Amino acid sequence: MTTPATAATSAATRADHCVIACAEAWRDNGEVLASPMGLIPSIGARLARRTFSPDLLLTNGEAFLVGPDGAIEGWLPYRQHLAMVTGGKRHVMMGASQIDRFGNQNISCIGDWEQPARQLLGVRGAPVNTLNNPVSYWIPKHSSRVFVERVDMVSGVGYDRAAAAGPSATRFHRIPRVVTNLGVFDFETPDRSMRIASLHPGVTVEEVRAATGFDLTGISEGECAYTREPTAAELRLIHEELDPRATRLREVPA
Amino acid sequence: MSDKTDKIMSPEEVVGRLRSGMTVGIGGWGSRRKPMALVRALLRSEITDLTVISYGGPDVGLLAAAGKIRKLVAAFTTLDSIPLEPHFRAARERGAFDLTEIDEAMFMWGLTAAANRLPFLPVRAGLGSDVMRVNPELRTVTSPYADGEEFVAVPALRMDAALVHVNRADRAGNGQYLGPDPYFDDLFCEAADTAYVSCERLVETAELTRAAAPQTLLIKRHSVTGVVETPHGAHFTTCAPDYERDEPFQKAYAAAAADPAAWAEFTARFLSGNEKAYQSAVQAWHEEQQ
Repeated sequence: MTTPATAATSAATRADHCVIACAEAWRDNGEVLASPMGLIPSIGARLARRTFSPDLLLTNGEAFLVGPDGAIEGWLPYRQHLAMVTGGKRHVMMGASQIDRFGNQNISCIGDWEQPARQLLGVRGAPVNTLNNPVSYWIPKHSSRVFVERVDMVSGVGYDRAAAAGPSATRFHRIPRVVTNLGVFDFETPDRSMRIASLHPGVTVEEVRAATGFDLTGISEGECAYTREPTAAELRLIHEELDPRATRLREVPA
Repeated sequence: MSDKTDKIMSPEEVVGRLRSGMTVGIGGWGSRRKPMALVRALLRSEITDLTVISYGGPDVGLLAAAGKIRKLVAAFTTLDSIPLEPHFRAARERGAFDLTEIDEAMFMWGLTAAANRLPFLPVRAGLGSDVMRVNPELRTVTSPYADGEEFVAVPALRMDAALVHVNRADRAGNGQYLGPDPYFDDLFCEAADTAYVSCERLVETAELTRAAAPQTLLIKRHSVTGVVETPHGAHFTTCAPDYERDEPFQKAYAAAAADPAAWAEFTARFLSGNEKAYQSAVQAWHEEQQ
């Protein structure tokens, strides 16, 4: 679907398509907390809140729930935030230093855990997030260093590992989507392995395959859908209200 | 009628109550409201071989750089606006201490179990993740009810001592936070055999609720052993609303951590004297940056 841009808005860039792809993750989520990590997911969450998902809850990144104008509507310190996770009333979009074909994610360390080649953040809340509320991922630079055959430390739990851990692990486990600078990926396959859900306009399947360290399920050139175009109203919101300083272009250059 | 016990101490007196080999919990979160004055006092002491339990920030970085940690229990270590704590990274990459790496929620329930004198609490977290691989001592527990679900049994994070920093406190150990988030500081105090609360300003009990709502009274005196008045005692981490994070100084800290010579210089300039000397050195540094 393409909507002609008005004179006030420029054409959609790759970053704009990424914003749309992130925003779509929260469509029809209802009254849950959208927890975006990263610039583009933050713009996406606010776009969803301002347009098709008006019931979403947003935080200011600290201990407050805020409306689109920044007005405080609630208090959410860390311990209550954790209860929202385990209560399932949250959909987080996390980052990933590594992710594999079944959606296992690593933010802890690179190399052997005992003495890592590169120590990163640590597992943070990824283990509890993935078992309790929907977890999507945002990866601004799609590469075979991130999309790996096997992650070094499973922080966020993927479909195969959740299944192996049993019903308590799978009961609320869901990874709706992975958004990157190249496209949108999901796990809507019989064996729950990652597939291309849509390519951003201008991206080829070949390009995605070359940047992915494992075989993506199915889908050949021609079968691929493309990430939808932002509407004129959405573009105007992104460009003029949500990100007037174009910080999104720092995360995904045009 | 006699007065309540006066618990006022200096940072040195707090450290005097600690011993090598102890398990010490440190409150705050990342680079937020960390009891840095107490950590700095600990750095100046001979105490070592510590098991540190922390939602880690520069407290962990500094203690790791000084070689004081034998084991760390943490879900992350970060400076927030600088995502990766440089000293923590370096220490991990040289295998400097043992790590019990658990999830943020597992951590909270471990503190809660300790505060409630329970050996463990069940959580739906950790299953399927490598937290179970790298902590082979972790056990699971099956629900005794009809659902029969299996959970991780997070062991209690009981500690010998807890160190936390708040905005205000009275001499008896009632601690008040005026910022947006309590973090888990009350749990740290309740989960520890002894707890030491440093504060920005020591006030009379009646003053605590003169301008602030009673629910800001986070820490109750029964769980507090000592109270320390240390203005700017959370520096360079946040202590809102009294002050925000000192971002330029945190940057300087991280930059110095990247290079041994620069770190030696940083240590000599900022960490070789007492707390008063530290605060003066920071002030002088800021004047130089003008």
